Amino acid sequence: MEWSAFFLQQIINAIFLGSIYSLIALGYTMVYGIIELINFAHGELFTAGAFIGVIVLTALQQAGFVETHFILTMIIVFVLSMAYVAVLGVAVEHVAYRPLRTSSRLSALLSALGMSIFLSNGMMLSQGVSDRPYPQVFGLEGIEFMGARISNGQIFIILLSFALMIGLQLFVHRTRLGKAMRATAQNKTMARILGIDIDQTIRITFMIGPALGAAAGVMVGLQYGAVRFDMGFIFMIKAFAAAILGGIGSIPGAVLGGMIIGTIEVMWAAFLPSAWKDVTTFTVLILVLYLKPAGLLGESDAEARV
Amino acid sequence: MIRQELKKLVIYGFFLAILLIPMLGFRSTTFEPGRAFKTLGVFMAILILNLALKIFRNRRGKEAVVKKSWTERTGEYINRLPKTFTIGGLLLVAILFPIFGDNYVIDVGITCLIYVCLGLGLNIVVGLCGLLDLGYIAFYAVGAYTYSLLNLTFGLSFWSALPIGIVLGMMVGCVIGYPTLKMRGDYLAIVTLGFGEIVRLVLNNWDSLTAGPNGLFGMKRPAVYYPSFSEDGFAWAVYYLKSLPALYYFILVITIFTIVGVRRLDNSRIGRAWIAIREDEVAAELSGVPTTWIKLLAYALGAAFASVAGAFFAAKLSYTNPNFFLFMESCIVLCIVVLGGVGSIPGIIVAAFVLIGAPEIFRGLENYRMLAFGGIMTTMMVLKPEGLIPASRRKRELHENQEALPED
Repeated sequence: MEWSAFFLQQIINAIFLGSIYSLIALGYTMVYGIIELINFAHGELFTAGAFIGVIVLTALQQAGFVETHFILTMIIVFVLSMAYVAVLGVAVEHVAYRPLRTSSRLSALLSALGMSIFLSNGMMLSQGVSDRPYPQVFGLEGIEFMGARISNGQIFIILLSFALMIGLQLFVHRTRLGKAMRATAQNKTMARILGIDIDQTIRITFMIGPALGAAAGVMVGLQYGAVRFDMGFIFMIKAFAAAILGGIGSIPGAVLGGMIIGTIEVMWAAFLPSAWKDVTTFTVLILVLYLKPAGLLGESDAEARV
Repeated sequence: MIRQELKKLVIYGFFLAILLIPMLGFRSTTFEPGRAFKTLGVFMAILILNLALKIFRNRRGKEAVVKKSWTERTGEYINRLPKTFTIGGLLLVAILFPIFGDNYVIDVGITCLIYVCLGLGLNIVVGLCGLLDLGYIAFYAVGAYTYSLLNLTFGLSFWSALPIGIVLGMMVGCVIGYPTLKMRGDYLAIVTLGFGEIVRLVLNNWDSLTAGPNGLFGMKRPAVYYPSFSEDGFAWAVYYLKSLPALYYFILVITIFTIVGVRRLDNSRIGRAWIAIREDEVAAELSGVPTTWIKLLAYALGAAFASVAGAFFAAKLSYTNPNFFLFMESCIVLCIVVLGGVGSIPGIIVAAFVLIGAPEIFRGLENYRMLAFGGIMTTMMVLKPEGLIPASRRKRELHENQEALPED
């Protein structure tokens, strides 16, 4: 393979990985924007989405549905897994966050961390410790482009994730609920005085954010061919690094951060010893928090929040 | 009121069913809902029991609410006994313990004591200074690897490697502490988590130094001198602590040092400065607390205790590998601190024995250990954030805005 083609291939991989990180990072950013707490259980919600995806997809494949109605299958898989995780997200909020809304940050953080450990081990017990194989529904065919290859699955995933991101941006900026969300994020007391149902808004945030994570989970499963109960951990840290890098609380920031982290990881793995690629991500995270805690596109008052 | 609660119960049951049936019902390709329904039954039983308790308490009026839990009452009762009596009794039990236990029980005892040391060390950072550290196990790893490498490469003994390990641990603590000085809360948690993972990945990837995932083995056990009266007269002979009871007494001494050390720190000027920072950093700084140094000191001292425990751990097993230092271990230590009561020394000791010892007793339920840890952490934070045996200062702070406070 030519050098330029190799480079182009890496860029395609980076966009692919970046869009997955962006989707997970969006969940962090939305939840952080509204309650100013990291959703520690987000990685596990992402994994739960991947598991529901594999369960539904396997069932549909056994029914022979995948060959006949491919598009419909994809819609069912994504909708069901996102819906399930939305319910799970609300449950997590109800159990671990709502009772602690007025208590100290340390308590809320620990309770969220406990929830994350609980969910991760619950999935281990119910779905097993080993890799769970994903049915390969996308063939090997793809498009050749200047010597680089992009598979149909990758195209589908990149397009879907961009559609979800644009949909989210429109939802937050064009609908009443989105307006209520932005108002709650800005000032809870004032929003309540103006008649916004704060509990309802937070609940909806905890539905949308994790649902996006679930979509990312299904995408990871489709692309890499397997899911594991503890895969959420590493994705969680990377997506979190992306959210911080882009500026937490900002939706375009999360997408930008996700793309940058994806690019760094892919390029590092391509040109430098790949065993150290995770160390690089952690280092980037720490450097960003140290040097520019508000992130690239963050609001200026984020610095006070750190 | 009961009707409302019943309605809530039905809604909870409905959502639990939605959540549990797909996740627990489908395994590989078959649908077996039996397990899901069993779990659903367990959750519903807990909810119904909770509701029944609530109704029962309401019937009995307000008195039941202000009643203290049995752990607190036991704690207070023990507090009323003469100090020398309780401490002496506990020491006697700890010393006589290996005589009555078999090797397996002693091994569990050693593990529990290691976790007591770790819990107390983390207590300095989380409990006293209020900084959530999710990478604490990294210092444990530093201690273990420092001793292993010094012993294998230079043949240094445990005792000469220990101070080096402590200093290195403190240095790593400062390296982690310095960039995070300005951060609070969740950012700090994530950064320390990242640091912990970096340390583990470096140990895992740096093959030429740490032998990567294979780990290091063949370290010598700690040795002590003992007086020997041989034919040549009196001499000091070297004894390697190989048997489990010997190692048990060794870690017991380390634990007692840790307990005394943390207790003295807690009651010192530095301890008060830590608590001041935990309560309000700006106010502490204005009152003349040098927050930068005091926070770094919290990291360094917490790391020092973990480093000692790590060195002992490596010496005891004579083996170490990076997978002993996973993120989950940090979570276990944190869970001990949380369950015992953030900032409370007796609480942490009890919690370490409960959380580490109990799974050994219920061997069959070992897979459920981490599930229970997670559940305990969330439940404790929601219901009883001050822990089983609360530190008195911490408790007052957490219940500040509740009027019905039966505090003296």
